Amino acid sequence: MGISAKETPNVCDSNQIMKPPKFEYFAPETLAEATALLAEHGDDAKILAGGQSLMPMLNMRMVRPQVLVDLNGVADLGGVEQHLGGGLTIGALTRQRELERSPVVREAAPVISAAMPYLGHVQIRNRGTIGGSLSHADPAAELPALCTALDAQFVLTSSSGERTVPARDFFVTDLTTALEAQEILTQVRIPPPVDGSSWGFYEVCRREGDFALAGAVCMVHLDASGTCQDARIILFGVGGAPVRADAGVGALIGTKPDAASLQKAADAVSQELEPPGDIHASAQYRKEVGGVVVRRALAQALEGRSQ
Amino acid sequence: MTTNRSIRVTVNGQEYQREVEVRMTLADFLRESLDLTGTHLGCEHGVCGACTVLLNGEAVRSCLMLAVQTDGASIETVEGLAPDGELTSLQLAFQQNHALQCGFCTPGLLMTATAFLRETPNPTEEQIKDAISGNICRCTGYHSIIQAIKDVSQS
Repeated sequence: MGISAKETPNVCDSNQIMKPPKFEYFAPETLAEATALLAEHGDDAKILAGGQSLMPMLNMRMVRPQVLVDLNGVADLGGVEQHLGGGLTIGALTRQRELERSPVVREAAPVISAAMPYLGHVQIRNRGTIGGSLSHADPAAELPALCTALDAQFVLTSSSGERTVPARDFFVTDLTTALEAQEILTQVRIPPPVDGSSWGFYEVCRREGDFALAGAVCMVHLDASGTCQDARIILFGVGGAPVRADAGVGALIGTKPDAASLQKAADAVSQELEPPGDIHASAQYRKEVGGVVVRRALAQALEGRSQ
Repeated sequence: MTTNRSIRVTVNGQEYQREVEVRMTLADFLRESLDLTGTHLGCEHGVCGACTVLLNGEAVRSCLMLAVQTDGASIETVEGLAPDGELTSLQLAFQQNHALQCGFCTPGLLMTATAFLRETPNPTEEQIKDAISGNICRCTGYHSIIQAIKDVSQS
């Protein structure tokens, strides 16, 4: 063969410099084309959205799909729309950076706006999409927990139609969701905010932008007298899927939350957690910190910072 | 199986048409196909920020994109900052503040800061820290970098 590296400057085909494995690449322009490709290739195909999780996995060859279906050219998959009732429809290809800056999101789901700066770094958020993050379902990711806490509905589309799955039923465990191989998560629907409810978000990580070691999203609904009528506490980074901390909710409902009841709720949550341990944090540490993030997220909700 | 595609991209104002293997990353395309080796590759999985370039004006990690995805796009790399050899005010501020030692992270930091300053011309120190949090530097301890960005924003 001889020395060939730089002899053909217009075509770069040196295998040495290819990080990802070989795949066949499709860039459909319509959703129908995209779902048809998935119907044809099923498990052999991977969907490429923002690529901020899939590309590292390809570069490290942790995944070796036969076929890559790039959604970035599909029309009408992005964008945020607010409905008359105040709810949101968010297209799956909406970039995280757009969520961060969208005035509509800030109004209808301010907890998402507040949490976005914690999701990776700006370079990641410029590419990363809401649908990609939800479909990838990293246990330490913020968006699965946020959508669960907001009681979002996900629209899953395939060549044979669409179905709607609530966020709480969507996340199965680490990197595993209710999506079938031929389905694409196409829309996220977020119900209108409930009057009198406030939110909190808190996460702990080693360095800014790193994956959270533990984090919590909470929604708290107080009545006019300040008594907690309803609450939702969702943790991330402490289990395979977002963890509902109902023990903490039980400790709050019917009380007028103060420092003591927040601590009680945090302790109740911590006690029930069975988080995994890894090189980033031991299970015991996550169990402790799981209570701390719940307390701080609740405190934020009650401070009225969410107004 | 089609593994090559022809793409047309504008890089630093110049248009290129090239045939690329579909699995080639944007970073490798810039370095290997266009010989623009100013874009550095550190971790190649989106953690270090060394390969940051601007895609249609936005800072992105060029190791986390495929070259084929940039068909029709406009890309800015560190080579585009000073095409005639005259340093930008940001590059001068890096020089004056000793904001680099080994220089490996510098192209990524310059591109990140360039996009940031276009959007936020008068940032606070907190905003600067947040903006460069996705770029890892192992030499400077960051203070001189923050100072350089602060200097250029105040000039």
